[in-house]
Amino acid sequence: MATQETPKHDALVAELKNRFGAKILDVDRSYDDCTLIVDKAGIHDVLAFLKNEHRFDLLLDIAGVDCMNLPKFRERFEVVYMLYSIGDDVRVRLEVPISELDLDVPTATDLWKSANWAEREAFEMFGFNFVGHPCLKRLLTHHEFVGHPLRKDYPIMGGQWCATTSDMTEELNEPR
Amino acid sequence: MGVRNSGYLVGIETKNETGLITTRLDEIVRWGRKNSLWPLPFGTACCAIEFMGVVSSKFDISRFGAELVRFSPRQSDMILVAGTINYKLAPVLKKIYDQIAEPKYVISMGACACSGGFYDNYATVQGIDQIIPVDVFIPGCPPRPEAILHAVMKLQERIDKEPVPKRGVHRRHEVVEKFRDS
Repeated sequence: MATQETPKHDALVAELKNRFGAKILDVDRSYDDCTLIVDKAGIHDVLAFLKNEHRFDLLLDIAGVDCMNLPKFRERFEVVYMLYSIGDDVRVRLEVPISELDLDVPTATDLWKSANWAEREAFEMFGFNFVGHPCLKRLLTHHEFVGHPLRKDYPIMGGQWCATTSDMTEELNEPR
Repeated sequence: MGVRNSGYLVGIETKNETGLITTRLDEIVRWGRKNSLWPLPFGTACCAIEFMGVVSSKFDISRFGAELVRFSPRQSDMILVAGTINYKLAPVLKKIYDQIAEPKYVISMGACACSGGFYDNYATVQGIDQIIPVDVFIPGCPPRPEAILHAVMKLQERIDKEPVPKRGVHRRHEVVEKFRDS
């Protein structure tokens, strides 16, 4: 069943494939969603293009996926960007396969300010290294925490004691 | 004097026309302590909402002398930990507990504070007794207001039995192993 977003998705996928070619590894249109699997080398260009040329002005979230033990996967991890265009009322999702041997991902903080904390959360939970991030440190877990708790090989009950409190001076001093 | 000369007596004076009583010092200290437990609500989750109900007029914790809610550890006698405590918050809770003057008491309210509740994961402390010594545990998710009143009464019973020392600290601290060096 098509939704009112479907024709917009059709046009967007055609344009992105035409413009970025092999950087768009695959397209998944199941459940009337539009998911583009993008190569890591082209992700920042694709994000910048979507923001500047297609008014995707809202970065909803940056998530991580650990594909360990899944029946079918490209790489161990995925970084997932969820974008929304307020003006056009279109949602699009971008998945970037990330090898566990090379966890570098280009930052999106230069495009959306909200990428700052979203990338910090993805960093602490999965260990992605967002290259160019202004303050890539832990967001939800405490500052003495070691490891990345949403990885499948992290023990679920692996709580770590924290003996000291911390403040947010570094965040407050960030340029904005 | 006025009571005696006015011709009629009301309340406790009907039992004691002289207006004087004799008692032991530790008895009256315990009596004072147990009937003026100023609580510090360390509320981090829905249990704190339930505590608001207990403080308010329907259940009215002031019937037990514990209605004067203080948000400073320096002014309170009892810390009521109501809600989930995670590892990031553990040193904060410990620091606040340390700032309360002796004698001090701890009530652990709800499943999360008592045992971690259903948060069996890497983030949640599996019971605040790993951080600070607890006097009364209240089960429930969240506990009924009556359960909180029951806990206050249990704590009063406990205070009634404890010795009042002549000097020095009120009771020996259990130093939790994880925080020994901090």
